[in-house]
Amino acid sequence: MKALINMLTRLGRGSLFLIKILAGIPQLFLRFNLVIRQVYSVGVQTLLIILVAGLFVGMVLALQLHYTLTTFGAEDTLGLLVDLSLVRELGPVVAALLFAGRAGSALTAEIGLMKATEQLSGLEMMAVDPIERIIAPRFLAGFLSLPLLAAIFSAVGILGGYMVGVDLLGVDSGAFWSQIQAKVDFYDDVLNGVIKSIVFGFIVSWIAVFEGYDCVPTSEGVASATTRTVVHSSLAVLGMDFVLTAIMFN
Amino acid sequence: MPDTLIQIRDLHFTRAHKKIFAGVNMDIKAGRITAVMGPSGTGKTTLLKLIGGQLKPDQGEIQVDGQNVHQLKRADLYKLRKKMGMLFQSGALLTDLNVFDNIAYPLREHTNLSESMIRSMVLIKLQAVGLSTAHKLMPAELSGGMARRVALARALALDPMMIMYDEPFTGQDPISLGVLVKLIQDTNHALKLTSILVSHDVEETLSIADEVIILSEGKVIAEGSRDEILQSQSEWVRQFVDGKADGPVPFHYPGDSIEKQLMQAPK
Ligand SMILES: Nc1ncnc2c1ncn2[C@@H]1O[C@H](COP(=O)(O)OP(=O)(O)OP(=O)(O)O)[C@@H](O)[C@H]1O
Ligand SMILES: [Mg+2]
Repeated sequence: MKALINMLTRLGRGSLFLIKILAGIPQLFLRFNLVIRQVYSVGVQTLLIILVAGLFVGMVLALQLHYTLTTFGAEDTLGLLVDLSLVRELGPVVAALLFAGRAGSALTAEIGLMKATEQLSGLEMMAVDPIERIIAPRFLAGFLSLPLLAAIFSAVGILGGYMVGVDLLGVDSGAFWSQIQAKVDFYDDVLNGVIKSIVFGFIVSWIAVFEGYDCVPTSEGVASATTRTVVHSSLAVLGMDFVLTAIMFN
Repeated sequence: MPDTLIQIRDLHFTRAHKKIFAGVNMDIKAGRITAVMGPSGTGKTTLLKLIGGQLKPDQGEIQVDGQNVHQLKRADLYKLRKKMGMLFQSGALLTDLNVFDNIAYPLREHTNLSESMIRSMVLIKLQAVGLSTAHKLMPAELSGGMARRVALARALALDPMMIMYDEPFTGQDPISLGVLVKLIQDTNHALKLTSILVSHDVEETLSIADEVIILSEGKVIAEGSRDEILQSQSEWVRQFVDGKADGPVPFHYPGDSIEKQLMQAPK
């Protein structure tokens, strides 16, 4: 019971916090360089791991699917299946999980440390709103970066699938691409995938900045807030993915 | 300018079930240096945060420059804060900016000065704290004492009407300590600032303070001009000024006595 009340009060605080962040976002268009700097540190940090993971996921997908497809003599649809799995599902979800682990945890730790070292209080006493100057740019940067990272993940994954499917397993290159061109629907598949990654970007960034801002300002406080960011945002992403998939593809 | 810049009436404040202030009254006179002293953990930092409007009192009111800090609208509170400088115990410098940008930060946020103006102002402030050659360093490359001086330069950047120093002397070597003591005194007089100086260093603090307030266990136990405090016969004051562990001001955090704790079997 106590845990439930705790959870609800945190949710309430988190929502109020979100409203304050959103109220600070219009201001940011005047100082867009703040956001660009954060996109650099949030997005670029994560880029390498996204590239490597995307490539491997694509290659594994091609191997697994090829094995099943050959039993039905349907290797030609390999490209299509790889593409759909990535764009609809794995791109947004895996990119969001990696993003939570790499960028989300870093965001929480950074903001938490700023709180623990009184930098946030210092800003307040300088009559600068830390939510406007520190939190909102980071939130917006996370929100903008994830859809791009997910798109890169899917693109690299398809290349990985091509490398394994066409170069290694001998699927026809023309069939690989033409199936994709013919059967992938822009609205149903691509756009829905993009919407997913926008939603995930919102959730992960929100959780990450809130955990940092709300943490107990000590070393252990920052450490446990960082862990919570990764655990909660991963669970939230997977749960939301089920909900969104159920809505979109039925 | 009114004679009293800060007026605190019947201040009550509780933190995590611990009563920190129980009916504190104080007047801080404009243009003077007021020292606030008291044992560690009495709530000196908390008092400064209450004055700055970062914490809300349970009861009572704090007036700064004729305005009730805790009833101001956000925009007005921010306007008031631009006139309050605060030097945090830890320095609170922004770790991703170098020394120069840290001091320039409030100027860039709150003024429309050109970069060249900002540059001269920052260098002048840095010169005043004896660190004009350090402007390219990052906060992580500074010693604790240097960080404190940079933070002072930053607090002075907007030419505030008052400045609150939270333990400015800890971690300073004897030379920079002397410089800092003089600096606080000089800035106070030259800029007609009102200074609140929180410190444990009785000797240094009393050498520059005009007024002294001693806090203990949520109450003001003594207040007066420096000379009154130095000559006071009150046991409380003598214990604090002479630095004795035994006396009416408890040195230990309240709780079971050590004897009692030693006798208890571990749980
Ligand atoms: N964030 C917090 N949450 C709960 N209690 C706190 C918090 N910060 C401080 N306290 C408690 O409030 C009391 C006053 O703290 P404060 O930092 O104001 O003391 P202080 O007089 O500045 O001490 P010092 O001289 O050691 O800096 C302490 O007893 C401390 O236990
Ligand atoms: Mg303190």
